[in-house]
Amino acid sequence: MAEMDPCSIGPGPAGLLPPSAASCGVVLPRKGEGLVEGRIVGEQAALEVMARELLTRKHPTVFPGPLVLWDWRDGVSPKAAAVLELAEEIPGVQIIPMPDYRPIYPKIDPEAVINPCHPNLTIWHNKIEVCVFVGVHCHYANITLRMIRAGTNCYTVTLCHSAGHEDSMASLPFCGAEQVRALTGTIRRLKRQGLRPLHGEARGIRLTGAQQAVQEGLVWQHGDGA
Amino acid sequence: MDGAGNQRVVTPEYMFFEAPRTRSYITGSEAANEAVRRANVDIAIAYPITPQSETMQQVGELYGEGYLKDYYRAEDEVGAFSAISGASRTGVRCLTASSGPGLMRGLEVIASWPGHRLPLVFLIMCRAINAPLSIQPDNLELGYMLLTGNIVLHAENQQDFFDYTLAGFVISEKCEVTLPVAVAVDGFFVTHARGWVEMPSAELKLPGRDGYSEAVPMIDNENPPIRIARDAPIQKSNFISYQMHAAWQQEVHAAQERARPWVARYLDELIEVTNPEAETMIVASGSAVSQSREALRRAEEMGTKLGLIKIKSLRPFPREELRQACRNAKHIIVPEFNCAGWLNREVRATLYGCADLHIADGPRVFGGITMPTEMILEWACPGKQGR
Repeated sequence: MAEMDPCSIGPGPAGLLPPSAASCGVVLPRKGEGLVEGRIVGEQAALEVMARELLTRKHPTVFPGPLVLWDWRDGVSPKAAAVLELAEEIPGVQIIPMPDYRPIYPKIDPEAVINPCHPNLTIWHNKIEVCVFVGVHCHYANITLRMIRAGTNCYTVTLCHSAGHEDSMASLPFCGAEQVRALTGTIRRLKRQGLRPLHGEARGIRLTGAQQAVQEGLVWQHGDGA
Repeated sequence: MDGAGNQRVVTPEYMFFEAPRTRSYITGSEAANEAVRRANVDIAIAYPITPQSETMQQVGELYGEGYLKDYYRAEDEVGAFSAISGASRTGVRCLTASSGPGLMRGLEVIASWPGHRLPLVFLIMCRAINAPLSIQPDNLELGYMLLTGNIVLHAENQQDFFDYTLAGFVISEKCEVTLPVAVAVDGFFVTHARGWVEMPSAELKLPGRDGYSEAVPMIDNENPPIRIARDAPIQKSNFISYQMHAAWQQEVHAAQERARPWVARYLDELIEVTNPEAETMIVASGSAVSQSREALRRAEEMGTKLGLIKIKSLRPFPREELRQACRNAKHIIVPEFNCAGWLNREVRATLYGCADLHIADGPRVFGGITMPTEMILEWACPGKQGR
């Protein structure tokens, strides 16, 4: 009898249209577990991998989604604060939001947003090699992760509010503010233990060109979402 | 009347596994209705067609008794299935139903539900597809359903129809699934015949749907996610649009895969195996399973041991389970109530290259004929039956 082996879900590019990890036999972790490159591991082991990758790959970026960007439900604000705290611990990090899921045409500003219709554009433009998705609805996160794995070399980390993501290289399910803070704590510990961040010389959160322009009060030309 | 107001909310685990059950001798239509009574359904919309009408007429009585918040007859199946799409997008628990030609009429909309990630339960009381005109039992329509991205469960009898319907709502609304669940049953043979059904108290109901905890944002004017509603990607003729659409379709089928553990949990696995050591296995779903059980009994009287694999879930299909269950088999037959043999194709595709065995291309009945036990025996034990 043929047994299906779980795929190893590493950074891409994986090809034109790689099969979904779920269809290759990768299963979701349960509460207290994590998923690392297609394998179920303990939560702490997943946090270690996430922390190490975020500190040692180029141009780390946090992609916050609507579930942490809009203060529409109890618990959102503390989680959003925890995400900012996490970002501040990653030298050279950028924060590029996924504020909604509407297709953006004729072109997006990849320094302003990431969009699930063409997430690879933002990854490519900003040369992002590791990222964290947090607060994105699972359907949109999954299609985004699949396209990133298909066409980029970005290592994707997901802090999922629900059951996690098979197409992410490292995924933690059922994440509230507490789990976000646990990742922050792991990053702090690794740095204390001597891990030198790749962008160790950078201070604070790095603004993209578009964000810098807004900061300086310049007009911000962006896609209108039509 | 406020029937729902007098019910107590319990967890699915308590409802399915712990609550005491009492037996009632009821029809399949009544069994589905009793599942709906306990399912905390918000809205039911359908268009009448035989043999589905009886259940939806009874669900209308549930509405009158206060168990549902809304219920109406749509203008036709396209209208019914479109309206239930809209209802599901608002985050409420939804039910619709149809049969044969009605299902075929609304198939375009049915096939759009999974892509829009719409949790709902769709009851299918199978009947022949026209033409020529027939209202008799025949489940050809399920062959079309297999390609739509819906979860498809196939109930054998009245008990299954109760259990699968109730479980369908819970499976459908799991965040990692967020797909419609079609619960099919062979019309008349089950819907209009009585059988014993064990049910938990009607004073219990499932928790309501939590639309804020699903894979896509529901439409809600009070919250910012309304602005991120479910715009389809604009279909430009460029690679980005193609890739996005492809990734989206993959996601529907990935979600089916994620439904496996929940289907296994609430349906007690995706298959049921009788006599796993037998060299001749009958693989069946729906009421063909009941006919096959009788064939097993009669074969045993003749001194022949047959095996039986009951397929409970058609989507997701129990691939690994079927391969394991057929590891001792040399000969497989697939009795079906349709002319196309859609289950036979599934079985062949699943077992291809996995075992050295013969898969017979039948037996099948269609157009309303029931399957005589003798017919199954002719195919399963050809020497003994003189075939």
